[in-house]
Order: sequence, then C-alpha cells, then structure tokens
Amino acid sequence: MAAFLGLFRRDLSLALRQGGDTGLVLGFFVLAVVLFPFGVGPEPELLRRIGAGIVWVAALLAALLSLDRLFEADYQDGELDLLVLSNLPLELAVLAKCAAHWVATGLPLALISPLLALLVDLDPASIARLFASILIGTPALSLVGSVAAALSLGARRRSVVLSLLVLPLYIPPLIFGAGAVEASEIGDGARAYLLVLGAISLAALALCPWASAAALRQALD
Amino acid sequence: MINWLANPARFIRVSEKAVPWCGWTAAAVLALGLFWSLVLAPPDYQQGDTVRIMYVHVPAAWMALSVYLFVAVASAVALVWRHPLAEVAARSAAPVGAAFTFVCLATGSLWGRPMWGAWWVWDARLTSVLVLFFLYLGYIALVNAFDDPSRGGRAGAVLALVGVVNLPIIKFSVDWWNTLHQPASVMRIGGPRIAVSMLVPLVIMAAGFMLLFALLLMVRMRTALNERKAMALRLNAGAVAPRQPEPEPAVAAHTAIS
Repeated sequence: MAAFLGLFRRDLSLALRQGGDTGLVLGFFVLAVVLFPFGVGPEPELLRRIGAGIVWVAALLAALLSLDRLFEADYQDGELDLLVLSNLPLELAVLAKCAAHWVATGLPLALISPLLALLVDLDPASIARLFASILIGTPALSLVGSVAAALSLGARRRSVVLSLLVLPLYIPPLIFGAGAVEASEIGDGARAYLLVLGAISLAALALCPWASAAALRQALD
Repeated sequence: MINWLANPARFIRVSEKAVPWCGWTAAAVLALGLFWSLVLAPPDYQQGDTVRIMYVHVPAAWMALSVYLFVAVASAVALVWRHPLAEVAARSAAPVGAAFTFVCLATGSLWGRPMWGAWWVWDARLTSVLVLFFLYLGYIALVNAFDDPSRGGRAGAVLALVGVVNLPIIKFSVDWWNTLHQPASVMRIGGPRIAVSMLVPLVIMAAGFMLLFALLLMVRMRTALNERKAMALRLNAGAVAPRQPEPEPAVAAHTAIS
C-alpha cells in the first residue's frame, strides 16, 4: 500500500510540477472547444444543440494528448524495468499511475467543463449533467488509454499509432457521455446514461490494469 | 491436427498441396453461389432485385466477426503457448478480416441507399461494425509499427484480446437497441426465418467466403513464413561473409596536390 501511494504521489507531483502538463491539457481542451463556434457559426441554438458533443469530443482529444506521458518517460529512463521487478504487483502499479493520470487530467477536465458549457450556451441542468458525465466517464478514458499507451511503447510513429488504437475504444464512453447530456429530463433518461457510463468505467477499472500490465511485460521482454 | 501443423516447415509442405485444392473449390463454390443468388434465387416481394446484395453482405458480415474471433483465438494461443505459427496466422488473417469488414460496410451502404434512403445511419449495428473496422486497422498498424516483428506480434495479440469486447456488442446490438438494421433472421433460436429458396444460396455463398478466407490465409501465411526465412538467410549471410577490405585512404594524393 505504501508503494502504491508513493507511486501515485510521485506521478501526480511530476504531472503537476513538470512543465505544467495539466495546464497544457486544459489549454488544449479550452482551445479545441473555442474553435467550434468559428467553424459552425455562432448561432446559440445550434451551439446549444451540439455543445455537449463538442465538449465531450474535446475532452477525449485532450485525454488522448496526455496519454503520451503515462508510461513513455518511465520507459525511456528505465524506471519501468524497476517497477516490473519491484514487490508491488504490476497491475497495482498501473492502477496507481492511472489514478494519478486521472487526478492530473480527468478531474481538471471535469472541473473546467461547466465553464466551457457556458461558452456553448447550455442551460444549468445540462451543465450539471455534463459535469457529472465527464466526471464519471474520464476514469474509463485514463484506464482504456493506459492499455493503448502500454501497447504502443517503442513503436515507430508512436503517437499516430496510439491515437489509432485509442479512439475506437473511446467511442462507447463518448456515446453515453454525450447522450447523458442530451437525454430528455422526462423520466430516467439521463440517469440511465450515467449508470451505463459508470458501468463502463467500473468494467475498465476491473479489466484494463490486467491488459496494461500484460502489455508492459511484453514491451520490456 | 493443430499440434501436428504447429511445425512451420510441415505447414509449408502441407499448405503447398492444399492451396490449389482450396483455391479451385473456392472458385467453384463462389461461382455456383453467385449464379444461384444473382440469377436463380427469386427477387424479394418488397425489395425486388435489391435483395441480392444480401447474398454478399451477410456472408461478409459473418466473416468479419469470425475472422476477428480467429485473430483473437490465435493471439491467445500465441501469448500463452508461444506457438510459432499462431502469431503468423493472427497477423496474416487481420488484413483479410479488414477487407471482409469493408465489403460488409460497402454493400450495406449500397443496399441502404434505396431501402432506407440513406447511405449511412448511425444505428448501433452499423456503428459497432465500423468500430470493428477501426479495430482491425489499429491492429494492423500496431503489428507493423515495430522494428522487431515478434514485438509487434505480441503487442497486437494483447490488442486483439482487448478488442474482443466489441464482438458481443455487434452480435447483440440489434437486440439491445432499437436499430434500423433488422434483427437476426438466420442464426436465431427457433430456426431460420428466411425462405428456403433464399437460404440455400446464402449458405453456399457463406461456404464460398469461408473457403476464400482459408485460401487467402494459407497464401498469406506462406508468404510471411518465406519472408521470415529470407530475412534470416540474409542476416546469416551478412554475419558469415568476410568483410571487404577497405580501400586505401587517398589522403596522400590530396595533400600532394594542395
């Protein structure tokens, strides 16, 4: 447990202090959302209609950008070899790194999303649903992304391969995340979407550390 | 059978005999199936002749799923038992599966235009098959992204197993969601719900597609094995051949002129 917490704290402080990773990801997120009104026109009705989707897609891309850093630096300087050899099971080490990644990217993305929702003119109820869906969905993004990040270690044109692997796997969270915001307030619409999104995140929590650890082991073989 | 074929040299010998047989059978079955489905089979009472697209679309869709399952099983075998042929089989099958998936999407789109009035709709079945296509592409990209081919094979194997999650979603998407795509009418509990005059050519086409896959798989595996052998020979030749003596440096002449 001490090793788990130590690894978590180390990754988190690296992400927060070193060159402002979190700041860069947030900056990208904001800019990506701001680009859309220029592209599709500033009519509030149109933006309100597609706003949730825009914010979600931008959040996906921002999470994708940050995946590069999840294992790459540790792979380069040999730290991953030490992690494999250490007493901490590699699955738990992956979990610690994913948790740190989520606190450093997913959580800030969720926190800033209400602000961006104002830019695309969502109403308060939709903003609350958007915040909840991003908060619930981003753990799945970090966990699923960790598998692809581990698989693509050492590949040629790594970032392109990484995005090709990750984006198809990000479609289910996107469908249910954006769907939760657009679901009508009648009945259980939004709640059902959020529950499915939570199920996706929990399934990713249960399965992805195993897959990532297997991928890391074969990368270091 | 599988264990016996596990030896690559034996596989090369056996497949050399099997490829022509498989090829001619596939050609014959496909020709029969195409003739039956395009000429003999009756037009649908609602769709008219457009229904004939189904005879290519449905077998392609079955193959798209089955080939992915094949890639996943071969990947699992390659990961667990380090089976030398399983990895070659998985990486050789993937592009064929991607092609089947593309055929399935393209024919579905051609059928959808007159029937649904749209080339594409974002319903669950179509979307999940599109994701399958992207998974194939990601697998192919990952397998070829490493300088060390065995590294790419292992990374691809893990990815193929992760992607298996999508298969039940595709299969049951028509039951879980209200899709525009019709629910299963052949492989369903309670027997097929399709006229025999249409079922027979459909089954023949499916058999033809399966033979075609077996043929392409064997040819691609043989190519991959030969490629690997050629690379090993080249590396060996490079290691054994004596180095050429380096030419004498021409420095003296230069200094003399200047």
